[in-house]
Amino acid sequence: MDLLEHQGKQLFAEAGLPVLPSVVARTPQEARRAAGQLGPRVCVKAQTKTGGRGKAGGIRVCGTAVEVEAAAADILAMTIHGHPVEALLVERAVDIARELYLAITVSREVRGPMLIFAREGGVDIEELAKRAPDAIVRRPIDPLLGLLEYQVRDVVDAAAFGPDDPGGTGAGKALAEAARSLWRLYRDRDCTLAEVNPLVLTTGGEVICLDSKVTVDENAFYRHPDVVPPPPEDDREAKARAAGLAFVPLDGDIGVIGNGAGLVMSTIDQIAGAGGRAADFCDIGGGARSEVAQAALEALFAGPPVAAVLVNIFGGITRCEDVARGLVEAIKAARVDAPVVVRLDGNAAEEGHAVLEAAALPNVTLALDPDEAVRLVVDIARKRAAAPAAETAVVAPPDGAEA
Amino acid sequence: MSILIDNASRVLVQGITGREGAFHTGRMLASGTNVVAGVTPGHTGETVDGVPVFDSVHEAVAHIRADVAVIFVPAPRARDALFEAADAGIKLIICITEGIPVRDMAEVMAHLPRREARLIGPNCPGLITPARCSAGIMPSEIFMPGAAGVVSRSGTLTYEVVHELTQAGIGQSTAVGMGGDAVHGIGFIECLTLFEADRETEGVALIGEIGGDDEERAAQFIHDHMTKPVVAYVAGHSAPPGRRMGHAGAIVEGTSGTAATKAAALEAAGIPVAASPSELARLLGEAIKRRRTT
Repeated sequence: MDLLEHQGKQLFAEAGLPVLPSVVARTPQEARRAAGQLGPRVCVKAQTKTGGRGKAGGIRVCGTAVEVEAAAADILAMTIHGHPVEALLVERAVDIARELYLAITVSREVRGPMLIFAREGGVDIEELAKRAPDAIVRRPIDPLLGLLEYQVRDVVDAAAFGPDDPGGTGAGKALAEAARSLWRLYRDRDCTLAEVNPLVLTTGGEVICLDSKVTVDENAFYRHPDVVPPPPEDDREAKARAAGLAFVPLDGDIGVIGNGAGLVMSTIDQIAGAGGRAADFCDIGGGARSEVAQAALEALFAGPPVAAVLVNIFGGITRCEDVARGLVEAIKAARVDAPVVVRLDGNAAEEGHAVLEAAALPNVTLALDPDEAVRLVVDIARKRAAAPAAETAVVAPPDGAEA
Repeated sequence: MSILIDNASRVLVQGITGREGAFHTGRMLASGTNVVAGVTPGHTGETVDGVPVFDSVHEAVAHIRADVAVIFVPAPRARDALFEAADAGIKLIICITEGIPVRDMAEVMAHLPRREARLIGPNCPGLITPARCSAGIMPSEIFMPGAAGVVSRSGTLTYEVVHELTQAGIGQSTAVGMGGDAVHGIGFIECLTLFEADRETEGVALIGEIGGDDEERAAQFIHDHMTKPVVAYVAGHSAPPGRRMGHAGAIVEGTSGTAATKAAALEAAGIPVAASPSELARLLGEAIKRRRTT
């Protein structure tokens, strides 16, 4: 899970990393009050999960209280890359002598943490890697040994602080300490990314983390009860997650439910290949029982109406019969009238077909293989999209289902 | 022949008294696997489907020789179970458990080479050499012995492809499910190396997905080192960037790890890339037939 800048800086401060005094504000008035405590010069920064907020105008340096209030009002009214700005960080402004880059992230290649440092900060690191690969220092960290002192020295050497830089030898020591603290934070907080971009050397010779980008491993949340994940923005995702399903909202009109991440991704690809667009990614997992299939269908129908649904199940451990029972229950209970194409194969597929045939639901079509299933659902969706608006799927929730 | 496991493999199950462990132990036994021991702390002296249970892996191997461990231990205790298996001298460890923190897996991956232990998974279905040994949770009913090697990042897609292969009369030498986590054990290149050296395997189906660059590196390796035909499939062409598509490792980060770049790298290395799992099975069948006639 990606933390917002101010949440990341909270963790930075706890780990002993140098951050500037700052206050979170949710209204222009709060921002003005914060500036009064921190000022006179402050930086007003949009708190969003997306990058590129500086370019979008989400960061402004202000010299007076009036300016702060105006900037705060402007930024709070913004939507940056689809995310509305709901909070600001008002932070004391500093004068920057140099910008650096420091991060620790998980490297799939070395199968563990990797320290990354560049003497050029405030830039897109991937872009820098292409333009000047030699400017980047990478050091794999053995997770059982931790960050080693020679690796810390490599970072300080690469920074190449000279006589013209403010702070003298103190700057090198502060950078070394920042690297050590960042590793402690990364390890102790189960991060998969802890990035400081830029890490700055101020004209006063101080080393400061000007931004934070922290991702905490969702699999390790149980070790960090104080890290509270924000609720999903999408209703369908919230419902599916509550039922323990993997769900990613997409923007097409064909609902997709399947078992296994790879199979669901593959189904979505094939729908696209046949000229359709999936409304979601929904994985009901291995060994899925009937309640799970039901929960998946209910989550899907918590969102915008879909033109058709494809249920693609290959039963390995999963018994197709159980999935079929769940589908029948859900379709009856939710009074789903959108067409549903079902493909069941593998474990207990014949029994599953029998369950669906016995239920004789008018909107359910059985497909014999995955290729046929995709063709059918795309065809149905296309025809419904072409039909008058009054005939598009309307799903009535069952009485009292929201209790 | 086969790779990694065969009928001589002696399998130990960690977490054998749990719901998943007990259920899949029964299935492994039913498919002819030699499950020799189980481990659950505090359960020594019990049996599961006739398999003796011990308190620790060390205690188990002191009584009964075992060379493969299959782990069903819940995620918060999986790291310890992995260390325990390696320290007790087990050389092939299969971790089925899903949801293990990255930090734990990084620590395990730093330790295993010191014990010369090899890991498959975590968050994987394990592997199977049909009719001889099933070490994990793959549905043995859909497999049949034969010449096709299968290596995959996805469980159900493996089953889908194997089902098609079996129906077309093409059996499998060994199928390996590598798992869907970012930090994992065995990779494509290791499996391809083993398949290349295996006399029984005549061709390999590689099933990839978005995230990382395992497929790109495999493409280079196949181009440089494989004489046997390899065909590939990559899932996730329509995946939005920055979202975990079910598997922790299935995520497009920035512009890297996309299905399109992976498919392009494979094609550039001369590897046929299928548009669907059923086409992959067909391509492999054709490639094996061609190899036999030339």
